[in-house]
Amino acid sequence: MMDEPTSGPGTPADPPAASVAYQEPEEEVVEEEVIAQQQLATTAPDVLADSLREYLDAWWRRIRSGESGAVPVLIGLVLIVIFFQIEESTFLSAGNLVNLFVQASLYILFAAAEIYALLLSEIDLSVGAVAGVGAFVIAELIAPPVNLVWWLGIAGGLVVCAGIGLLQGTLITRLHIPSFIVTLGGLLGLTGVIIELAQIDKTAVGGVMSISTNSPVYNLVNANMSPTLSWIVLVIILGAYAALSIVSATRRRARGLSAPPTSIVLLKVALAAAGGVAVVIICTINRGAGLIALRGVPWVVPLVLLVIGAWSFLLSRTKLGRYIYAIGANPEAARRAGINVPWVRTIAFMLVAFTGGLAGLVYASRLGSIATDIDVGQLVLFAVAAAVIGGTSLFGGRGKMLHALLGGVVIAAVFNGLALMGISAAGVDIATAIVLILAVTVDSLVRRRGATGA
Amino acid sequence: MSTGDSVTAREGGNGASADGSPLLSLRGVGKNFGPVRALSHIDLDIPPGQITALAGDNGAGKSVTIKTISGLWPPDDGEIVWEGRSVRLHGPKDAEALGIRTIYQDLALCDNLDIVQNMFLGHEPLRRGVLDEDTMEIAARKTLDELRVRTIRSIRQPVASLSGGQRQSVAVAKAVLFDAKLVIMDEPTAALGVSQTRQVLDLIKRLSSQGVAVMVVSHNLNDVFEVADRIAVLYLGRMVAVDEASKFDRQSVVEYMTTGLSSRGLQTAGVGAGSNPQASERKQ
Ligand SMILES: Nc1ncnc2c1ncn2[C@@H]1O[C@H](COP(=O)(O)OP(=O)(O)OP(=O)(O)O)[C@@H](O)[C@H]1O
Ligand SMILES: [Mg+2]
Repeated sequence: MMDEPTSGPGTPADPPAASVAYQEPEEEVVEEEVIAQQQLATTAPDVLADSLREYLDAWWRRIRSGESGAVPVLIGLVLIVIFFQIEESTFLSAGNLVNLFVQASLYILFAAAEIYALLLSEIDLSVGAVAGVGAFVIAELIAPPVNLVWWLGIAGGLVVCAGIGLLQGTLITRLHIPSFIVTLGGLLGLTGVIIELAQIDKTAVGGVMSISTNSPVYNLVNANMSPTLSWIVLVIILGAYAALSIVSATRRRARGLSAPPTSIVLLKVALAAAGGVAVVIICTINRGAGLIALRGVPWVVPLVLLVIGAWSFLLSRTKLGRYIYAIGANPEAARRAGINVPWVRTIAFMLVAFTGGLAGLVYASRLGSIATDIDVGQLVLFAVAAAVIGGTSLFGGRGKMLHALLGGVVIAAVFNGLALMGISAAGVDIATAIVLILAVTVDSLVRRRGATGA
Repeated sequence: MSTGDSVTAREGGNGASADGSPLLSLRGVGKNFGPVRALSHIDLDIPPGQITALAGDNGAGKSVTIKTISGLWPPDDGEIVWEGRSVRLHGPKDAEALGIRTIYQDLALCDNLDIVQNMFLGHEPLRRGVLDEDTMEIAARKTLDELRVRTIRSIRQPVASLSGGQRQSVAVAKAVLFDAKLVIMDEPTAALGVSQTRQVLDLIKRLSSQGVAVMVVSHNLNDVFEVADRIAVLYLGRMVAVDEASKFDRQSVVEYMTTGLSSRGLQTAGVGAGSNPQASERKQ
């Protein structure tokens, strides 16, 4: 370009030619078309396809190019289930599957908590300890002498957790201390707080606070919705999901905006319906032993779905969620866009702690008590492991709440299956480690192929 | 800034003073990074509706000047005067509120977000408290069409999947999406092909003909001479020449850029030595 005739001294700049439309040279269009073709590979299928066929093509190209999404973990889950079913025929029995759902709900909540930190390319090591504190506060608020009504007790525990998150987030963002250090401090310090909490309360004999079996806090995990109610809730959830996705896709199509093809929308609704119906059927089979019938979906299952749904909504439909993704990928760009980066990061750490508090609630409910021997360090590791197995990146900006669901189920399946097989605690830990490393390896292999190939 | 309803820069920028007083003035602006004196005593007037080209060698301080005007950091010395009033910018939002929009040299895009999300980052319109994706997508598509960015297959693809030139087009589109009185572009055509460069140069001219002031950094002197009404040259953090483009020729610009002095052109020989470059302004 530099060898064009130069404008001599005093040559005025070209007169503004805004109205003259520029004709693009043909060959360049062709060349850039090639680039556009190459980009197809990594683009979400929703935005490209006009038909089912095109959608599946785009989807398959995307998997081959490394944007594997949830596919590897789903395949892994199927393999794990097949393996355990061959080893132990009771694995797929209704009773065991319901047990597995309940186990999974704990890891799902922990992973959901940790995802907020991972999306920012941070880590929160304190989430297990925060859960322990939350569980103790709830247990003490609903027991004598305080005797608060159950929902106030839960609210109190969650507020305390969010407050801890606020404190940690403030230290991280205002004093610029790495989150690893602040939350490591949180892990250690809060472990001490848990012991103190157990000592304040005279009813906590030997560091164990038990939860009354009449309390809804206990019933969260240990009681079930009636089969009728289970079906009603399922129909409401599915109906809302179907209506929302069909209406929004139709409206966007009508306005000429990118939207997935109708067949895909219907397919997704059908898959969700199949999954939901399967879960409810499994849960409504009588799994009781002997004379006492035991059936229905445990209350914790809709709670977890509600949390995952709410957090998915927050991440994909609100400014806060969008800013969390932006900061995770490019904090400086977020700052230049005028985003209050320290505040968004602080709120994210509050969300970690709040969700950790919910996990603490489920933990205590399941045991019917909360004790000082809660292994807060191990719970954090499972939180991170579940999130990463589900597909969330450790490097920020990539992850979804759906990953918590998938990762939590995988971890629960491994624990549950190995326990059925009578494997020792040591064996369980080693197996979990192998699953984690395998998940990350598969993910990075697929991704690396995407980066170098395609 | 308003979001949803005000969509392109075209409508904006006409409120600037017609009496010849500058839209923006830097008065003695200095900026240090530890011991590094990146800018010292910069004086610069940006008139409304005109195109000011900022030239200078690598490391001369062009990007630091732009970031200072965009409110990314406060200047260490001097003041920024906007429409006759001295202003303090406490962040990028303050500069935007005045009507300043910037395309940064590093583009400042988030790879994991799609084109629409990047263009609206920090300014998302809401509908019933929820992100209004439809409005964003329609406005983004309109702006990209106006820039004749045609090679992008879907505006819902993540920015990570774009070529360098396409990313630059997105950054340009992002800057002209909203009303602005001053659009600042740090090397907006660096990664662009022939036709995209043409589009951006035409856009710059169109903005100025609509009364929007444009400040553009470019190493391509052809581009500079094609569009610029005024040229300012930085040399090692000092403003060594500011004048109408017609007072310069290529050689004098190159000399100012590389030595801070010019043997011919412009009677500004004294400026290079570090005295007040504003002198050259008054002599015109
Ligand atoms: N954030 C920063 N921290 C420390 N020093 C900086 C920073 N930004 C710029 N500098 C220094 O300020 C000086 C001017 O840099 P600037 O980026 O403005 O150059 P430039 O004129 O834009 O050059 P180029 O043409 O290469 O983009 C350089 O010496 C650079 O090292
Ligand atoms: Mg620069």
